Amino acid sequence: MSVELLNFIETVLNGLMSGVMYSLVALGFVLIFKASGVFNFAQGVFALFAALTLVGYQTGQVPFAHVINELFGTNYHNWYASMPNFLAIILTMITMIALAWIIERLVLKHLVNQDPIILFMATIGLAFALEGVGDLMWGSDVKVLDVGIPSGGSVWLEEATIGLAAEGSDYYGMYIDVLNVWATVIAVILVITLALFSQYTKTGRALRAVADDHQAALSVGISLRTIWILVWAISGFIAMVAGIMWGTESGVQFSLSLIALKALPVLILGGFTSIPGAIIGGLLIGVGEKLAEIYIGGYFETGALENWFAYVMALVFLLFRPQGLFGDKIIERV
Amino acid sequence: MDDIKMAKNETSSTEDILIVNNIEVVYSHVILVLKGVSLKVKKGGITALLGGNGAGKSTTLKSISNLLASERGEVTKGSVTFSDEYIHDLDPAQLVKKGVIQVMEGRHCFEHLTVEENLLTGAYTRSNSKEVKDDLERVYNYFPRLRERRTSLAGYTSGGEQQMIAIGRALMAHPTMILLDEPSMGLAPQLVKQIFEIVAEINRKEGVTILLAEQNTNIALQYSEYAYILENGRVVMEGSAESMRDNEDVKEFYLGISGEGRQSFKDVKQYRRRKRWL
Repeated sequence: MSVELLNFIETVLNGLMSGVMYSLVALGFVLIFKASGVFNFAQGVFALFAALTLVGYQTGQVPFAHVINELFGTNYHNWYASMPNFLAIILTMITMIALAWIIERLVLKHLVNQDPIILFMATIGLAFALEGVGDLMWGSDVKVLDVGIPSGGSVWLEEATIGLAAEGSDYYGMYIDVLNVWATVIAVILVITLALFSQYTKTGRALRAVADDHQAALSVGISLRTIWILVWAISGFIAMVAGIMWGTESGVQFSLSLIALKALPVLILGGFTSIPGAIIGGLLIGVGEKLAEIYIGGYFETGALENWFAYVMALVFLLFRPQGLFGDKIIERV
Repeated sequence: MDDIKMAKNETSSTEDILIVNNIEVVYSHVILVLKGVSLKVKKGGITALLGGNGAGKSTTLKSISNLLASERGEVTKGSVTFSDEYIHDLDPAQLVKKGVIQVMEGRHCFEHLTVEENLLTGAYTRSNSKEVKDDLERVYNYFPRLRERRTSLAGYTSGGEQQMIAIGRALMAHPTMILLDEPSMGLAPQLVKQIFEIVAEINRKEGVTILLAEQNTNIALQYSEYAYILENGRVVMEGSAESMRDNEDVKEFYLGISGEGRQSFKDVKQYRRRKRWL
């Protein structure tokens, strides 16, 4: 095989892998959008908050330590030195479920049957409020997140591919981040579980019913509150997974909440209402970005094509298929 | 009018499964829609709620099933009793468990769910899967058309089929009382008749009490035993369906039959202005 072809394959592979990371974020959006018609702007902050909380539990940070110390002149920082990863993840999950419950109580309950734009504005407010709470609770310094997921280059793949190039050529094998491989595995498990859940369980069916028609769902005795808490809890869980992945890759910092913006083009490509769409959309964006960076990035002197290429893809897509690849069929009876 | 008053006295007994007592409904804290509506629904019968657009029929039904809350509506006065129990504090889910379910105006099917899935959502509050399966079979027997279309998306079915889905879905909750809102809306006359036949059959065989809100006075009076006429948020008339059908004013206003032959539109308007109810 020629070196060019091998490089191309490597680029595509890396694109797919980083695409999975986008998909993880987009998945949370899709779930909430389907069930409550809300575009949850706070999804990125959810991921940030989950990652912050996880690190906080792991290292035994005292929540609101700054505030408490300031008010009472004390000097608390840590309760304990460390906590097992497993336990910390479970505790974070519980926190995210509690968060979903609080959000339903404080925000959603009062906005039943309001225009989507009002709900959207509410989630923007929620995003900033939650970011503030996260800051107060755990501090604003950049933290290292390590839950034992291996990262770095895959030696195995490098060794396996190094011999593929033609004899004597300048080729050192493919590079793939092991973290991304893990992200892929986890995303696949997540999606399969979600698909089975929504297709074959009573609660899943109720979830889809609520997505279709709130009023009708209410009229047959489906409790919107239960469904919404459930959906927000599930997307809180997905945000946690995304937060762990992104946090491990680039550290837990407040810019993490901006990954929500990366999910937008993914959603436009895949469709706001489709779980498989979120995955395929993420993969397409990932691959598109990487290919564009390598093959046409050279023509742009400023570089950093990766940062905006996804949005251009989304724009082009909007022109031809506004509901996205797998979005809900726009049912029109004639 | 005398025979109508008498009919009223006959029905006010302990057989009344639902008693709505002088309710007032306000939307968004300012818009007064119902101005004191009282009605009684006899157990096991079909009671009709008649009236034109905006008379308050749907609002009455929604204030019973408590779907008002999600539309920023609120019962501010009066009470609703179902089987001697106050129900106006219960949310729709609790009411469905108690056996009161509403079939909403305009069908409201879950478009992206299949016909069968639509029916199954009706059984959301029930846990015995064996019973649910039997009920599904029963619904298919009432509506054979739905069995044929069980795997197609509800959004692609016809208006008549969607009305069948909506009624079948309510039946899946195993209700003691169905609040049926405008089943005839947007359907061809023949289909309307077919739907009403099935509703009457359900009422007969299952003993389900039905409170029917309908604009199509003619067909509603054919299938119901007792009727109320709402106008402008008030009950202006009530009586047995039979006495209603023979009443000159009902004939004039709602059935379009006039004793003196066809009148010009202008005459009707003047007559209406002179002889308003209340």
